[in-house]
Amino acid sequence: MKEGRPRSFYVLAIFFAAYVLFLYGPMIAIYVLSFQGPQGGLTFPMNGVSTFWIAKLFQGTGIVDLGAAFRRSLLLGIVVMIVTVVLSVAAGMAFRRKFKAQSILFYSAIASLIVPSIITSLGISLEFRIIDDLIKAHWNENFETSMGLLTSGLGAHLTWTLPFGLLIMFAIFNRFDPRLEEAARDLGATPWQTFRHVVLPIILPSVIGIGLFGFTLSWDELARSSQAIGAVNTLPLDLQGLTTTVTNPDIYALGTVISAVSFTVITLALGTIHVLNKRQAAKGSDAGKGLV
Amino acid sequence: MSEEVLQQVTPGLIPGSGTARAAKPTRLSASFISWLQAGPMMLVFLAFFLIPLVFVVIVSFWDYNEYQLLPAFSGRGYTDTFEGCIAQLPDLCTIGKTYLMTLKLCFMVWAITLFVGFWVAYFLAFHVKSKTWQMGLSLLCTIPFWTSNVIRMIAWIPLLGRNGLVNSGLMKTGLINHPVEWLLFSEFSVVLALVHLFTFFMVVPIFNSMVRIDKSLIEAAYDAGATGFQTLVNVIIPLAKPGIVIGSIFVITIVMGDFITIGVMGGQQIAAAGKIIETRVNALQFPAAAANAVILLAITFLIITMMSRIVDIKKEL
Repeated sequence: MKEGRPRSFYVLAIFFAAYVLFLYGPMIAIYVLSFQGPQGGLTFPMNGVSTFWIAKLFQGTGIVDLGAAFRRSLLLGIVVMIVTVVLSVAAGMAFRRKFKAQSILFYSAIASLIVPSIITSLGISLEFRIIDDLIKAHWNENFETSMGLLTSGLGAHLTWTLPFGLLIMFAIFNRFDPRLEEAARDLGATPWQTFRHVVLPIILPSVIGIGLFGFTLSWDELARSSQAIGAVNTLPLDLQGLTTTVTNPDIYALGTVISAVSFTVITLALGTIHVLNKRQAAKGSDAGKGLV
Repeated sequence: MSEEVLQQVTPGLIPGSGTARAAKPTRLSASFISWLQAGPMMLVFLAFFLIPLVFVVIVSFWDYNEYQLLPAFSGRGYTDTFEGCIAQLPDLCTIGKTYLMTLKLCFMVWAITLFVGFWVAYFLAFHVKSKTWQMGLSLLCTIPFWTSNVIRMIAWIPLLGRNGLVNSGLMKTGLINHPVEWLLFSEFSVVLALVHLFTFFMVVPIFNSMVRIDKSLIEAAYDAGATGFQTLVNVIIPLAKPGIVIGSIFVITIVMGDFITIGVMGGQQIAAAGKIIETRVNALQFPAAAANAVILLAITFLIITMMSRIVDIKKEL
């Protein structure tokens, strides 16, 4: 019965492969180049292989204070991740019923995604400047600034991660079978018990996906941080600052270290999702399989 | 009306009037719980998106001097921006040239990402039959999105630079005698990097529209004697249109407001709408920056409105 694949399949398969190579090729090039020998330069060929540049980064003798920026970015990423997960799941649940202001929230999220980042970032910076001026004028003349990593910075990142979180929640509940909740209710579960023991375990793999988006988008965020982060820098901002001045592989080493964190988080998240899905498949219910 | 839109965006999300639900009395009213659940997110958008936007508009009408904001009404932010626009006619003033450049970059990136994104999505949706492979390959396209944009930009330096792989390869084959200069820190590298970074935003919505297409429609087209090309033009493209429009809106708004990619890949030499705002902020000319932000917002909004005229998004989403 099996028909051969049409010619278009092979043409498009090659096109797809070329796209994937285009996506990954350049990235792999800089990961390799960050292991240049001490005399190595910014381009191929490799001048020996060493961990010289990466070690230099961690010694703190390099171009940036890696340790401090690293801790700041990590802290902000984790906070953004937690807030994104909690607020997205809560709002996602709310969208399953009709409520007032539903469309306002929906359009706010879409607009927040679409309005150019530089405008959001500028707006937040203006907002905090005006708040600072008010505090200085009315309460405390010596007040420095309310802008900072976990105030304006956190807010700026959330305007970018929350829309993704909400859209993922929509996708989850599109596929969710509400009869499972009805069954739980019929068995006498309270709303909280229904959520905790029925809904949450089912949606957990996707909720981890929201966390993955929350952390990685914050970890790499640049445009919205640029005006709104305050006096301190995050890792991507440091990295961007280096692009105009750097002449040796420091910059690749820093890029590799930042990516290593991203890939660790991606692997952990995807691994957890995989294990959870397998457990659901093995021990889970027959929900959605049509066995009523 | 908006509920209709939501219902279409997310069919099945809002279950009817929930008969079983109404039967059980609860201590907290349903609308109160909804507020509790959705309120925090609404507050974040209010504090860090909606109010800041209002401030951008207000501050754009303030006055300024070398080092501070002066909260008094003034059109200076705008008049400074459009300086010379009438005097220099028929030549374009700075802001005119900048927007022309931005629109040009925007159009090139849009055309290329649409072409690449469409065929990548088409391959994933129609040629990859197994669900596992579909998941795996989609993930392969998504993973770079979770890594740093700046790194993906600087990754082009060892390839495109004067002594980069492309130049040394071309020299070896004898095609050129001197390194090609326009590969890096040029319009070419800006477009290349933008395509590299943002084709993902085209692939996802188009793929989503395509997987929803009922395969029997395509079979029906073939049975009725349509060629592959006719099926593509008359069946697949119209049905994938919502995805194409959403992807286009993403890509266009990103490129319109971009200042980082254009800065890094253009060697800080190419003027663009987003970069004006950055330059003005760095010079602490906040009202001028805000005025530029308002102009950018208006133009972006205009483009989105025009695009959603092509396809009635509210109806098709």
